[in-house]
Amino acid sequence: MIEIKGVHKSFGDLEVLKGIDLTVNRGEVVSIIGASGSGKSTLLYCINAIESINKGNIIVDGIDVHDKKTDINALRQNLGMVFQQWNSFPHLTVLENAALAPQVVKGFSKEKAEEIATKELKHVGLGDKLHEYPTKMSGGQQQRLAIARALAMEPPYMLFDEVTSALDPELVGEVLDTLRLLRDDGMTMICVTHEIAFAKEVSDKVAFFHEGLIEEIGTPQEVLDNPQKERTQQFLSKVL
Amino acid sequence: MNLFTPLSWNDAGFILTGILNTVYISVIAIVVGSLLGLLIGFIRAESNKTVNVFLGAVLDVLRSVPLIIQLILFSTFIGVMGFPLPPFVTGSIILSLYTMAFMSEVFRSGFNSVPVSMVKASRSLGMNYLQTVRYIRIPIGMRAVFPSWIGVALSVIKDSALVSVIGYMELLRTAEQLISRTQQPLMILIGVGLFYFMISYPLSRYGKYIERKMEI
Repeated sequence: MIEIKGVHKSFGDLEVLKGIDLTVNRGEVVSIIGASGSGKSTLLYCINAIESINKGNIIVDGIDVHDKKTDINALRQNLGMVFQQWNSFPHLTVLENAALAPQVVKGFSKEKAEEIATKELKHVGLGDKLHEYPTKMSGGQQQRLAIARALAMEPPYMLFDEVTSALDPELVGEVLDTLRLLRDDGMTMICVTHEIAFAKEVSDKVAFFHEGLIEEIGTPQEVLDNPQKERTQQFLSKVL
Repeated sequence: MNLFTPLSWNDAGFILTGILNTVYISVIAIVVGSLLGLLIGFIRAESNKTVNVFLGAVLDVLRSVPLIIQLILFSTFIGVMGFPLPPFVTGSIILSLYTMAFMSEVFRSGFNSVPVSMVKASRSLGMNYLQTVRYIRIPIGMRAVFPSWIGVALSVIKDSALVSVIGYMELLRTAEQLISRTQQPLMILIGVGLFYFMISYPLSRYGKYIERKMEI
């Protein structure tokens, strides 16, 4: 379970998160929507401690993420993250990209790491690309590689930060299909996304962020079909 | 009595020693200079302005003062201080430091060329700081600057000729001695030039080959 309690985050004078409370249970898919600059991505970065927080707590399976005593590298193994930019490691093949962290971080043998990596790469449909270099692949394929690379650490939670935003429109579908696959596997996911239709389809909960606060949260039917707050209505009328 | 004797096959061993000594000191300077340069380049890429201003000043001195002056000053200095070292050791130290000064800039720009997002991605996989340096930042950054590295290495081979001024018997000094004995400067210098080319060219080709291989 991921518990986010009263989280505040500022960059200098700019307060980006102004007290976020959110709970994500195992097996849940939570989508976060909202305008650019509303703090959605920042929250994801705070969850796996790429960014520090100024106030509040983020608890993952009982471990306080921002406690100084927490072994953050151990904790991050439980929080797979995929970014807007796929950041394939250009000096490694597809297989090596996905096998690196299990080898280096978990200390698995090369064989075992590659076995897990191969399994995940096949799962996202890259089974025929194992020995290619990612720089030769399309953005959609590289983004699926990034997903497999995170999955190879076998994390119970996955965080997705606008993973389709940097893709050409015709490549969005294959990445969303991969996310659907994970949802069907029962993966716990937090998706920051601009794909409203996708959020509606896969989410158990949708949270609408506005200026650093959760303006409205509930089931997709509640938030997306019958938004109660005026700001949610305005936002949806613009994006839909 | 004839003061000058022409070049003969008996000089082959002498010339070969000169070639090997050039290769020897160049390899030492390139290896030691690269390792130190990697370390300094990394420190510079990671450091704040104060550290960089200080390091930058030291490196600027090493890069701006002509190598020949550094060699003479250092070898004279340690002589005066009462710790004379063999020319080979003195030459290796100065040539390595000189190489380090250039390599550190090459490697620094290599480290800086790795996108922050790439580092975040590897940290998000649970890799710690050092693992990220070892497996992501060094390999990616060094590939980016490999052509510059080859360039510095090639110029070190040529610069090694200057170590002759402190008495190290490398290729150029060997040639000078043969010239004073044979009085055939043109032929000998053309020959020596060719030898430098033969040492450098394979490295240059190898660099091109690696570059092509990395483009995949």
